[in-house]
Amino acid sequence: MLDPWPERHILPMSSVEIPALQLRNITKTFGSLVANDNISLSLSQGEMLALLGENGAGKTTLMNILFGHYVATQGEIEIYGKPLVKGSPKAALATGIGMVHQHFTLADNMTVLENIILGTEPIFSFRHHLSAARVKLLKLSMKFALHVDWNTLVKDLSIGQRQRVEILKVLYRDVKILILDEPTAVLTPQESAKLFTTLRLLTGKGLSVIFITHKLKEALSGSDRCVVLRHGRMVYETATKGIKASTLAQAMVGGTLPLIKTKHPVTFSQKLLSCSNISIRGHQHQPLLDEMNLHLLKGEILGIAGVSGNGQMQLANMLSGMQTPDSGEIELNGELITHHTPREMMSAGIGRVPEDRTATGIIGDMSVRENLALESYQEPSLSRFGLLKSRSMEAYAADLIKEFDIRCPSTETQVRNLSGGNIQKLILARVLSRKPIVLLASQPTWGLDVGATAFVHKQLIQAKREGAGILLISEDLDELLQLSDRIQVLYKGKISVPVSPDQVDAATLGLAMSGHLEEFSQKIGQSAP
Amino acid sequence: MDILHFLVETGFWIATIRMATPLIFGTLGELICERAGVLNLGIEGIMAAGCMAGWTWVYFGGDLWSGVLFAAFIGGLFGLLHALFTVHLGLSQHVTGLGITMLAAALSSFVFKMLLPKATTPPKIIPFANLDLPLLTDIPFVGPIIAHQSPLTLLAFFMVLVVSYLLYKTPFGLSLRMCGENPLAVEAQGLSVFTIRTVAVVAGSSLMAVGGAFLTLSAFDAFYIGMVNGRGWICIALVVFSSWKPWKALLGTLLFAAFDAMQMRVQQQSTMVIPYQFYLMLPYIFSILAMVIMSRRAAYPKALLVPFRKGER
Amino acid sequence: MRLEPRENISLSLRVAAPLLAILVALGCCSALILWTGHSPLTAFFFLLKGSLGSKFAITETLTRATPLIFTGLAVAVAFRAQLWNIGAEGQLYAGACMATLLGTGLLPLPGWLIIPILFFAGACAGGLLLLGPTLLKTWFSVDEVVTTLLLNFITLLFVNWLVFGPWKDPMAMGWPQAAPVIDSATLPVLFTKTRLHLGFIIALVSAIITWVVLRFSRLGFEIRAVGHNKYASRFAGIPVRRTILFTALFSGGLAGFAGISELCGLKGYLTLDLSPGFGYSGIVVAMLAALHPLGVILSALFIATISIGADSMSRSLNISNYIADVATAVSLLTVLAAMLLSRFRLRWR
Repeated sequence: MLDPWPERHILPMSSVEIPALQLRNITKTFGSLVANDNISLSLSQGEMLALLGENGAGKTTLMNILFGHYVATQGEIEIYGKPLVKGSPKAALATGIGMVHQHFTLADNMTVLENIILGTEPIFSFRHHLSAARVKLLKLSMKFALHVDWNTLVKDLSIGQRQRVEILKVLYRDVKILILDEPTAVLTPQESAKLFTTLRLLTGKGLSVIFITHKLKEALSGSDRCVVLRHGRMVYETATKGIKASTLAQAMVGGTLPLIKTKHPVTFSQKLLSCSNISIRGHQHQPLLDEMNLHLLKGEILGIAGVSGNGQMQLANMLSGMQTPDSGEIELNGELITHHTPREMMSAGIGRVPEDRTATGIIGDMSVRENLALESYQEPSLSRFGLLKSRSMEAYAADLIKEFDIRCPSTETQVRNLSGGNIQKLILARVLSRKPIVLLASQPTWGLDVGATAFVHKQLIQAKREGAGILLISEDLDELLQLSDRIQVLYKGKISVPVSPDQVDAATLGLAMSGHLEEFSQKIGQSAP
Repeated sequence: MDILHFLVETGFWIATIRMATPLIFGTLGELICERAGVLNLGIEGIMAAGCMAGWTWVYFGGDLWSGVLFAAFIGGLFGLLHALFTVHLGLSQHVTGLGITMLAAALSSFVFKMLLPKATTPPKIIPFANLDLPLLTDIPFVGPIIAHQSPLTLLAFFMVLVVSYLLYKTPFGLSLRMCGENPLAVEAQGLSVFTIRTVAVVAGSSLMAVGGAFLTLSAFDAFYIGMVNGRGWICIALVVFSSWKPWKALLGTLLFAAFDAMQMRVQQQSTMVIPYQFYLMLPYIFSILAMVIMSRRAAYPKALLVPFRKGER
Repeated sequence: MRLEPRENISLSLRVAAPLLAILVALGCCSALILWTGHSPLTAFFFLLKGSLGSKFAITETLTRATPLIFTGLAVAVAFRAQLWNIGAEGQLYAGACMATLLGTGLLPLPGWLIIPILFFAGACAGGLLLLGPTLLKTWFSVDEVVTTLLLNFITLLFVNWLVFGPWKDPMAMGWPQAAPVIDSATLPVLFTKTRLHLGFIIALVSAIITWVVLRFSRLGFEIRAVGHNKYASRFAGIPVRRTILFTALFSGGLAGFAGISELCGLKGYLTLDLSPGFGYSGIVVAMLAALHPLGVILSALFIATISIGADSMSRSLNISNYIADVATAVSLLTVLAAMLLSRFRLRWR
């Protein structure tokens, strides 16, 4: 593979100052997979470091080693010159390392206060020292402008608030080094900006921050220094100031980005799918989808933007047949499909790519062959008189593996052993081979590397050109802007007016994503010709 | 309803509380385990082991209280085994629990048969005498009911207080509950999920065994094979019924025991139109009904039955 | 201590693991035997002699394995679909009740007709008994472990009432037992002067049919899919509730077969000691077989060997035959651990 940086750019470090954090020759292997290969890294006090890399480049593994979730196969870690005990989050916390995980580690059914004080008191003491805890938290929240109500249950907080709790949780332990794993993945652009303000405040007070990201813009605007990982190796290191995005991108991918032609005009005007006045209510009758209307044309990609938890799941579940709306109607080609079961949805012509591909899309303990047949096994081509036709299933699987380039040792391999990209290929193969009229794709490229993402995009565009209507639900604004013909934003179950990607930028979409739907419509009205 | 006259009799309520005692221990024990995220189907066998261990200890010369302690110790050992399998190795909690029940029950029977090979009628011990608390007797109605109970019964009530304080007011209780809700949160705060869950399962199993010991050291004076007779399973139903809350668990066990005592009374008083077997079925049917009623809005600890593996996320 | 997945699991490891586990289990039991003051070797000698030492002993072991194959299959099928059926004991008695209801003179039919009818009726009774908890599980999400367990107690009390009350056989000299089944309903003995009956053959055939169903049929495909991942199965359009209900009928039916086979093949009449816990041992049998229907045959033979052998050992050596139950339970636990350790490697730190 082309590597434009034969020698690494290592910044000269002042020899007097002891670094806050020093990683020396960290190597971590999982079986035959090398997740981290001889990585050395240092971080000085008050510095903000962006750890860049594609999905699967080894960023999270490296940080998990630092925090003690994993034990490195080789290498040493020093905090302010002192060696760190390996494999113990407890020791990491005690030395002053705090980590905000990508998937928050909060218990939903407990209060904010309970989540924060957990583990901070001697475990065998006879009572909580709640008043002292409250005083300390109050001071912290004033100092860093992080306001949360201590007594609410975590499940009642928004995603942004939960992240603030996570940060408070770490600050409460008086950490010196803060690690954040993909902190903006679930935030609106506005919330992300707020987060970086907070982080700047922290580094101003002498904390050091490492944040993991795969978004170049964030790294460029937020950090002092960038480190790029690729295939587990550290391939590039630079001061952020003055560096170009394209340089970082090439370092991440190890070459130039693959270009695909993404825009194809919509040539049909036939309405395939329409949802009218859909409402779904949750436990305490709060609306999860609120009088939602949308329609999808033949050969069109309709993008649904929004921070997750604003009704995307309900929309996807509904079209998958997993959930029936409380009111409203769904029509596909003029046929009512509101109360269809998953199987009826599929035979009506809806193909579904689920959000959580490992939990919903596949059955990990079954073979590739069986997973490929999962949606079609009852068809006469694959079974007869209640018995499965093994040979036909085998041929069916072999064809799809070839067509969709699914990399697996054999059709008998358990799907759980496949990589994320190959799992997604398998799901796409299963769905697209049924020639769906409408394709529902929820977060289809979440967590995939560039190659697999490009493959998924290519398949979506291919399906679109063949006349399928595609509903693309995604949190990745760049992806939506790149692929969609129209975009609508979901916020608290309400859907915005559709907008063409040529008319908006991410910041404007962010307005709608954070609930300013009125302002959003106005702005679009203005910018429209 | 003349037949329900006994509801105001002290005798009936004394019986109720006595019958509730082993269930209180068992339910609390199971509740602790499940709150930490571990279903303990070993309860039926652990109670049997507690029965046998407590009785044997006293029969071979130990005193009653050390017998209770010995039962708790044996129960804790089985709990440790369960924790090793389900917490450390992450094996199926259902199957391991049933295995523990089979093992504990079989071992108790085997050891009992080997220690007393020639016993045709079960030998007896002198069980706990009922307390006589003069001050309490003066409280109208309630006084006589609680004044003449076995000290183990009072211990059971006290344990409700202890367990509920422990769960809700101490750092350990917080981390225990957190293990049942989201073990990753516990690990991220630098605590060991393995240790906390193990402690919970061992402590819970000890309580179950004390519940078993009550049967041989207080309710009866001898050990019979099969004397637990499904009480353990009923405790599991009661934990669901109580929504995993100690005070509700107390309420549930008392309700259940009152119901059980009532069916015995009605059975004695009725003119035998309905065969006695059907009365005996009632507690089991009641347990199933209780689960059906409560299951709809049951707030299971979110991580119940989910094994935690380090470095797997 | 942490577990690390093994990348390639060799066949020899997969075969060796359960065997090693059983050795460990026997080692644990040897310790108990030592405690009783006997040599484990003598004990195992008597055990094997009692279960495999003569033609008659072997047929006795096969006779004992018969109900275990049925209940083991019942549990294996249910567990495959993650339906935790712990109620095989009750379902066995439900089957046996049907044999008494129909087979004691109500249907005076020839053997080739009445035996299939009885098996069918017994399967229906067992299946229906499991259907209740299953419906509660699928519609009210009531945990089926507890309900099936409690139903065992309820069913046994019901049988208790039957044999002490309406079905008590007046010819039984006061013993609580029901009338014997008619001659044509009795399962023929396979070898003269032994108790091994047709039920054993039916058990073997059932195991093979169960294997075919699980491996090659649509229902089997659905059962396995639902068992591995209920949510993904529903997403893929598999009718999850219907699959679980079919599984319940299948599993309960197999346990009902056990009741018919025991009653018509061995005991002849309904009593309260028709099953010394075959339903519970079925769980061990199924787990030892890793839920594989053909493996169930082997593990049922293993459990039967231990239990028949322990009976004879206890007569010769005065070691309580509860040692068989201990051995069974310990092997369940060790095999569980062994199967895990064949998939994972233990790492200290």
